[in-house]
Amino acid sequence: MRHIVSLLMENEAGALSRVAGLFSARGYNIESLTVAPTEDPTLSRMTIVTSGSDDVIEQIIKQLNKLVDVVKVLDLNDGKFIERELMLVKVKATGAFREEMKRMCDIFRGRIIDVADGTFTIELTGSGHKLDAFIEGLDNAAILETVRTGASGIGRGDRILKV
Amino acid sequence: MAETTHPHQITGAEIVIRCLEQENVKFVFGYPGGAVLHIYDAIYKQGHFKHILVRHEQAAVHAADAFSRATGEVGVALVTSGPGATNAITGIATAYMDSIPLVVISGQVPVPAIGLDAFQEVDMVGVTRPCVKHNFLVKDVKDIATTLKKAFYIAKTGRPGPVVVDIPKDITAHLADFVYPESVEMRSYNPVTKGHSGQIKKAVKLLLEAKRPMVYTGGGLVLGDASELLVKLVKALGVPVTNTLMGLGGYPSTDKQFLGMLGMHGTYEANMAMQDCDVLLAVGARFDDRVIGNTDHFYSKDRTIIHVDIDPSSISKRVKVHVPIVGDVKSVLAEMNELVALEKPTQSPALKAWWTQIESWRGKLCLDYNNSNGLIKPQYVIEKLWEVTKGDAYVTSDVGQHQMWAAQYYKFDKPRRWINSGGLGTMGVGLPYAMGCQFADPTAQVACVTGEGSIQMNIQELSTCKQYSLPIKVILLNNRYLGMVRQWQEFFYENRYSESYMDSLPDFVKLAESYGHVGMQITKPEDVEGALKEAFDMKSRFVFMDFITDQKENVFPMIPNGKGLSEMILAEDL
Ligand SMILES: Cc1cc2nc3c(=O)[nH]c(=O)nc-3n(C[C@H](O)[C@H](O)[C@H](O)COP(=O)(O)OP(=O)(O)OC[C@H]3O[C@@H](n4cnc5c(N)ncnc54)[C@H](O)[C@@H]3O)c2cc1C
Ligand SMILES: Cc1ncc(C[n+]2csc(CCOP(=O)(O)OP(=O)(O)O)c2C)c(N)n1
Ligand SMILES: [Mg+2]
Repeated sequence: MRHIVSLLMENEAGALSRVAGLFSARGYNIESLTVAPTEDPTLSRMTIVTSGSDDVIEQIIKQLNKLVDVVKVLDLNDGKFIERELMLVKVKATGAFREEMKRMCDIFRGRIIDVADGTFTIELTGSGHKLDAFIEGLDNAAILETVRTGASGIGRGDRILKV
Repeated sequence: MAETTHPHQITGAEIVIRCLEQENVKFVFGYPGGAVLHIYDAIYKQGHFKHILVRHEQAAVHAADAFSRATGEVGVALVTSGPGATNAITGIATAYMDSIPLVVISGQVPVPAIGLDAFQEVDMVGVTRPCVKHNFLVKDVKDIATTLKKAFYIAKTGRPGPVVVDIPKDITAHLADFVYPESVEMRSYNPVTKGHSGQIKKAVKLLLEAKRPMVYTGGGLVLGDASELLVKLVKALGVPVTNTLMGLGGYPSTDKQFLGMLGMHGTYEANMAMQDCDVLLAVGARFDDRVIGNTDHFYSKDRTIIHVDIDPSSISKRVKVHVPIVGDVKSVLAEMNELVALEKPTQSPALKAWWTQIESWRGKLCLDYNNSNGLIKPQYVIEKLWEVTKGDAYVTSDVGQHQMWAAQYYKFDKPRRWINSGGLGTMGVGLPYAMGCQFADPTAQVACVTGEGSIQMNIQELSTCKQYSLPIKVILLNNRYLGMVRQWQEFFYENRYSESYMDSLPDFVKLAESYGHVGMQITKPEDVEGALKEAFDMKSRFVFMDFITDQKENVFPMIPNGKGLSEMILAEDL
């Protein structure tokens, strides 16, 4: 099953490679991994999207907790949570495509953040599914470039991951 | 770089020395080189610890590792950057697999040179990441003391393990005040010690009600120094007990309730009892694949498993357990003993019947061997070694058949006496391990049981042994084969002995003598005991004993790869 694991770790050189190295050394799947410092600059927050049987997920959580730089780990799938991902898509915006792109962008509540001769760059956030749906909805020939951040996740309500 | 000197300030190198002094380090095993020259200069000027100059960095780490296994203290090794650092890797990985606390200090190129493919640069933090508990690169002289404090703390607490501290050369020349922190607090590292009381109660109840109870303990019991508590518990419950290869000595081998080692080369009675028990208490043992090779076969019988381990990730990793107890063996076993004492258990009819069953398994005498063909049997050498040393030696071993025979036939009654590489199975550890033990206990009898393949992987340490007058006894079980490989080829590859015959062996007697040691070659069974006595009577000499053994001897029992605990091949089957 797909799981989203959130963790807080010391914002130190090499901390990211410890997590990435753990996943590759033990053969765990990584669908995506995002990381950035938090409001407390000594801490980084990471969201890892992974998949595996319950036993594998249990080991992943235990192994992450074992890393000396990791402060806290939360399997978001243990409760209610929200996930969001940001995607930037550069598309052809010539002729008929120009209107079509504006329309698709509106439907998916994206924003056009760069307009140039013959291209638009669209910014879209949402769940991974929504971003997939947007891509599928576009004419493949119109897509020039896509870039996705990978999911960030957060627990709903009073599920808070904090030191 | 102009430094403003301050009267109290000392160099980074001196800080390293002061930290080791504060940690009460008695031995540093190392080898010098460019990146650690400042540190070596500071070593020259100090008098707190002894530096042991090995002949290869791998041996430095192994010796530090054995020092730790023998004493329970953190072992310390010091190596230079680049090749010194990479030579240390096998030692570090060996310690990591067996959860041995070490601090390995490596030199690094100066900070401004890092990343420029500088002379003798290697990314030590990157290279060691998968085989250390943690590692650090120190980039400021002011961080040396806190980093080393953390390194020692991390190495020895929780599930122990090696910690690497990589220190660039320029940092060891910079000046700073020396302040050694009293304690460390790390919000990201808080190992548990006390087990959950509710779970412990549940476990004790299960053990008291069990019809066919079994206790299985491992390296964690030895690392946690909980042997006495285990003996008390096992005695009070009247239950059978087995040890893993790493756990030998955790329970006295000469005691009636001990069934011997379990696993791939474990005894018939230990493996059968593991398979047939209804309640299993696992303590500081990690259900390794050399112990439970085939988990489906293990699951084919119902049993309730209680697992005590300080590392949650060891629990339900390979084998699903029913009562997990995360905690330190000492604290958990103490609590169990208190609860058991309240119950004053007496032997139930079921337990009595269980023992009858076990005795019938024991009656197979699975470790009996045929000693009549006029050749020296390796098993016989170990039995005699046990007698001559009165069962009280430190026995180190290398990896292979000789290792298994040492484990099976030397009856360890004390923990921290059997020193070997279980998890990584590193050929070449034997001699440096013996050095570490002899430094730890200078007047003790130290025997290194080895093979002619393994000993040649760190043979250069004969020189170190001479330099420090270490009275080690090498027990070479010389079968002219990479015996363990040959055994597998005999059983599973139709006797195709591909590259497992050792040709062009040195004359080990002359080799030993050339290093200034005593060499002996023993070719007849009737000479074994006398030779061992003679060697151990030479209390101040290093003696290299080359026993020419029966080449085709195999290790039994054996569970073939992928087979279940009760599917052993016994010597009598062939
Ligand atoms: C040629 C060869 C053959 C082998 N054959 C066998 C065999 O037949 N039988 C066998 O048993 N092994 C055998 N081994 C060894 C095997 O590979 C493993 O190394 C060994 O079985 C692991 O032992 P262990 O389970 O005691 O775990 P260890 O590796 O010793 O691990 C210790 C466990 O205890 C925990 N722990 C540490 N400190 C504490 C504490 N204070 N409190 C609580 N828990 C703690 C750790 O978290 C860990 O889970 C063989 C090895 C070789 C090289
Ligand atoms: C460094 C290393 N290389 C290879 C192996 C694989 N291996 C395991 S046992 C063995 C044979 C050891 O031969 P020897 O030291 O003569 O011992 P014997 O089995 O003959 O007693 C080998 C090659 C290993 N464990 N370690
Ligand atoms: Mg051999």
